[in-house]
Amino acid sequence: MIALPASFIELTARERARVILDAGSFRELLGPFERLKSPWLPLQEVVAQADDGVVVARGRIAGHRAAVAAIEGAYQGGSIGEVSGAKIAAALELAVRDCERGAPVRMVLLLETGGVRLQEANLGLAAIAEIHAGIVALRRHVPVIGVVAGEVGCFGGMSLAAALCSRLIVTRQARLGMNGPEVIEQEAGIGELDASDAPLVWSLMGGAQRYATGLADALVEDDAAQIAREVRAAFERPPAARTTEVERYRQRLAAIDPQHPPTAEGLRRLWSAEGSR
Amino acid sequence: MSAPPSTRGLRWFKALTGEEGLVPGAPRTVRVADARIGGDLARCIAVVADAANRFPRARAGELGIDEAWTLAQQVRRTLAEPTAGPPRPLLAIVDVSSQAYGRREELLGIHLACAAAVDAYASARLAGHPLIALLVGKAMSGGLLAHGYQANRILALDAAAVQVHAMSQEAAARITRRTVEELGELGERIVPMAYDIRSFARLGLLWRLIEGVNAEAPAAADVERVRTALAEAIADARAAPPDLRQRLQSAEARTLRAASLSVRQRLAAQWDEA
Repeated sequence: MIALPASFIELTARERARVILDAGSFRELLGPFERLKSPWLPLQEVVAQADDGVVVARGRIAGHRAAVAAIEGAYQGGSIGEVSGAKIAAALELAVRDCERGAPVRMVLLLETGGVRLQEANLGLAAIAEIHAGIVALRRHVPVIGVVAGEVGCFGGMSLAAALCSRLIVTRQARLGMNGPEVIEQEAGIGELDASDAPLVWSLMGGAQRYATGLADALVEDDAAQIAREVRAAFERPPAARTTEVERYRQRLAAIDPQHPPTAEGLRRLWSAEGSR
Repeated sequence: MSAPPSTRGLRWFKALTGEEGLVPGAPRTVRVADARIGGDLARCIAVVADAANRFPRARAGELGIDEAWTLAQQVRRTLAEPTAGPPRPLLAIVDVSSQAYGRREELLGIHLACAAAVDAYASARLAGHPLIALLVGKAMSGGLLAHGYQANRILALDAAAVQVHAMSQEAAARITRRTVEELGELGERIVPMAYDIRSFARLGLLWRLIEGVNAEAPAAADVERVRTALAEAIADARAAPPDLRQRLQSAEARTLRAASLSVRQRLAAQWDEA
């Protein structure tokens, strides 16, 4: 009998972290019983969840010391508040400390987030800047692997975090962009982007498009076992250098006329691995 | 629809450097020149509005895709310069209304462009360049993340138009279906929701709020006061580790970012198995 692949997207953040780590090695830190909640949501009549929507776990990946920070997309859209953001930033900072002490930690970020939680605005934004700083510092020692699986996708300041990762794994269901389609429609009008046009949105920022244009490193099926294997493999592959390839991207952009921008399909031809050679 | 783009960033850039700062081969929106700050020649970078920006969604002072990649280029250029003395300071002069919201920007990966700017700034800081942000106008959302928020010391002018937030007041009002007035009231009750710089200072994220300076039309004495504060920030940054921990060390941070500190302490205690 052929078993159907188990969906990764349908898993909770806690289950996702467990799948990524070696069997039996999952150990959650600051779990729900710690009751580390948002101090700001109750002031705005929003119920605060006991883990603030981020699961941090230690364990092993392919036998190596590892940590996973997984965002729960089902809670407040995976938004980054003071506590959820601090959990991710603190995990990165501790991993940097360990690396400096000669005890490397393999770090995986499971990104499922709309970006800053608007009810905690400036403290969410500050935490995201600290997450960026943490990724850049840790990446000098060990690869930092990002996964955007869907359904929420990865937006706002956290899309920068995804782009800062050493390697980025996406599914076809994922979306990766700085501004969510609804925000663009709100700010620039429906003529700029119709947020309800799902094929258009995915053609611009969907996982397949990001992979085809070289902005993500692996495109995987929604299969928990395959994603776990791909994460393991990512630590063995050379890191992407997109954020340091400044001249390459400046040249690519200089060749584009904003009055006549390429279609999504056209950009695949321009920016595919072949097109860049 | 909205007020004309701010020219405050450019005014402070010129006041500190004495130059226009146009860079050959780079868009007019990113200005780069050096300023004498204390004993240092600091590399100053400002993002300014250009009504003729080739990207229509970045014509009102937004930080767009060209701006972000140019920031990355200019910061990395500074990073690569051979120097005899200690790494020179970098000063980000911040007056950005937001990141650019547009379909072209998303297609072409504005998230990657902004990440490249973040990477360049953070790498410069880690390499020992004192990285200072001076907030002179709006410091909004992705604009601030890409230009200023990696600084190890953040200073701001104490003026009404100096604002920090995750989303412009007008946009936040539309998205949350509140009025701008209601958002203002909310900010009075919930400090991280506020826009004004004095509330931001209460979060402990600022190294210094520079009071008593005419932010709109600075006189020579105003510019000198700011220059002195910047020199002190550079010295302070040089004497400390090149990370962002200063933002958690003030009395203000211990009060209003108590949860940020508590998470770090408790996570450190549980990090290794007992």
